[in-house]
Amino acid sequence: MLNSKLNLNEDLFDPECKKTATRDGFGAGLVAAADADESVVGLCCDLTESTRMHHFAEKYPERFVEIGVAEQNLASVGSGMAAMGKIPFIASYAMFNPGRNWEQIRTTVAYNNVPVKIVGGHAGISVAQDGGTHQAVEDIAITRVIPRMQVIYPCDTHQAKLATEAIAQTNAPTYIRLAKQKTPEVTTEKTPFEIGRAQVMWEPTTKSLSLGIITAGPVTHAVLQAVRHFDEKGIGMRVLNMHTIKPIDKQAISDMARDCGRILTVEEHQRAGGLGSAVAETLTDICPVPMRIHGIDDVFGESGTADELLHKHGLDTEGIISQIENILKLKVCKF
Amino acid sequence: MTSITPKRVAEIETIARDIRIDIIKMLANAGTGHTAGPLGMADVFATLYFHSMKHDASKPEWNERDMLVLSNGHIAPVLYATMAHAGYFDRSVLDTLREFGSPLQGHPHREYLPGIETSSGPLGSGLSQAVGMALANRIDNGKTSGKFFFCLMGDGETNEGQIWEAAMLAGKEKLGNLICIVDRNNIQIDGHTEDVMPLEPYKDKWEAFGFHVIDINGHDIEEIADAVDQGRAVFEKPTLILAHTISSKGVSEWERIPEWHGKPPTPEQAEKAIAGLMDK
Repeated sequence: MLNSKLNLNEDLFDPECKKTATRDGFGAGLVAAADADESVVGLCCDLTESTRMHHFAEKYPERFVEIGVAEQNLASVGSGMAAMGKIPFIASYAMFNPGRNWEQIRTTVAYNNVPVKIVGGHAGISVAQDGGTHQAVEDIAITRVIPRMQVIYPCDTHQAKLATEAIAQTNAPTYIRLAKQKTPEVTTEKTPFEIGRAQVMWEPTTKSLSLGIITAGPVTHAVLQAVRHFDEKGIGMRVLNMHTIKPIDKQAISDMARDCGRILTVEEHQRAGGLGSAVAETLTDICPVPMRIHGIDDVFGESGTADELLHKHGLDTEGIISQIENILKLKVCKF
Repeated sequence: MTSITPKRVAEIETIARDIRIDIIKMLANAGTGHTAGPLGMADVFATLYFHSMKHDASKPEWNERDMLVLSNGHIAPVLYATMAHAGYFDRSVLDTLREFGSPLQGHPHREYLPGIETSSGPLGSGLSQAVGMALANRIDNGKTSGKFFFCLMGDGETNEGQIWEAAMLAGKEKLGNLICIVDRNNIQIDGHTEDVMPLEPYKDKWEAFGFHVIDINGHDIEEIADAVDQGRAVFEKPTLILAHTISSKGVSEWERIPEWHGKPPTPEQAEKAIAGLMDK
């Protein structure tokens, strides 16, 4: 059953469940962050409306810088502004920010230790029709490997808004991963959010606890649907939403490993280097139980609808059910 | 009309010579590092820190200070030697260049040494950072703020596309509080700039991007000081000072030779070079 303490969306299993893009939550969150702190500035690479930074730019034009199509400059201008006490949000598509400007982020932002907030829009294969060139599925890997970098991946619009406001208040360089398409609202305005604190969104209705699933991003909705499917058959599972991939919530992973004995991770990202890798790195240190990483398996994306692409990669409810069936064959390891 | 007296010019020439001696000593001691660029830029650095820039070595965080971004971080020895002479730290620290635990990292790191404004080294990103600083200051203090931002670049460095991304933005924003200095020594690692990747017509390029460009002899203290004064006076455009320099200036056997870009002198070479400088 859904964790009642989190005030999640009670309609989330309804086919008519309200859908909103995480980028919209970012757009609202940035305005709220700017209202609260005048040091917040926004920089964008010719994608102001698309990244939803236009709300901020319209309200605070004197704090907005249009960089043009120049993502390397975007990162380092942000670094310079941060060195002067600003909290710069630098926005473009994830493929180019942090894709194209990785070294600038690594050196002028993170090595320099300045609080630039990297906003990667249109991430994942679900950007769909634009095709593989524009489908960033490596961005978590390349950001979380950078020392000092926080990595946040919101599951829906409300979480994206709260995450945006929260990262504006930290001094850490931060990457926030956003999506283009409208996705189901899993949380509500009343759902809490704290950087680095994963949230148990689902606990089994029955006493059995056969599997722990760790996920992040909009695919969380499909995971919850899949888990409900097994719960109705009496197979209990727990779902942990790891919205902060770095710093990762080690305690929550450890608790899940000890309680569940098997772990599956699910993400719309390459299997290599993403959420699953981060969980595996933690498990090997503290509580190595059998686990499987479910994500995109070392291939590029392609054109299609978001539904077609998510289905191809097993990231819809049907595909996740199939992954769960496979991992349930693995021996449970209890510590 | 120049703002610098002949007496001060002579004093700064002596300081620049002493900075060169320290550069050679620290590189020979470290056994690693870049020689040509630091020696070539000693006159520019001495003039900036002892005449042109508003700064206070006893208060590196002073709010009113001008800020310097060294984009071509590999010429750090000239920055370090100049800062030591200006009183930011004791000159004995120069002996620790590139050593484990030293504040003098191989390429500058702002968290290791007070007075370093930004960490730099990978070429091409300094101008963007200086533009960001200048923009942030304009948001806070308006266009008439007396605070200036200096960005030093190498000529070979401007092969990087990011330089021109930043130049476009500086021109668009008419950053009158930005003064750039390019070390036009015509060499880079693989040889002469015009053979590796031609930059000319170099002045025209910067002008096309919206800069007020001043050509100077980068070893003439009075010309350096005057160019910075002019940069401060030009309100509606960023300024770019094209400082024509001789690589490894001061040690005639090493001058203009690209091979000296990235290697240090041996102790014997250093001793001979220092003796030559002492005679000047």
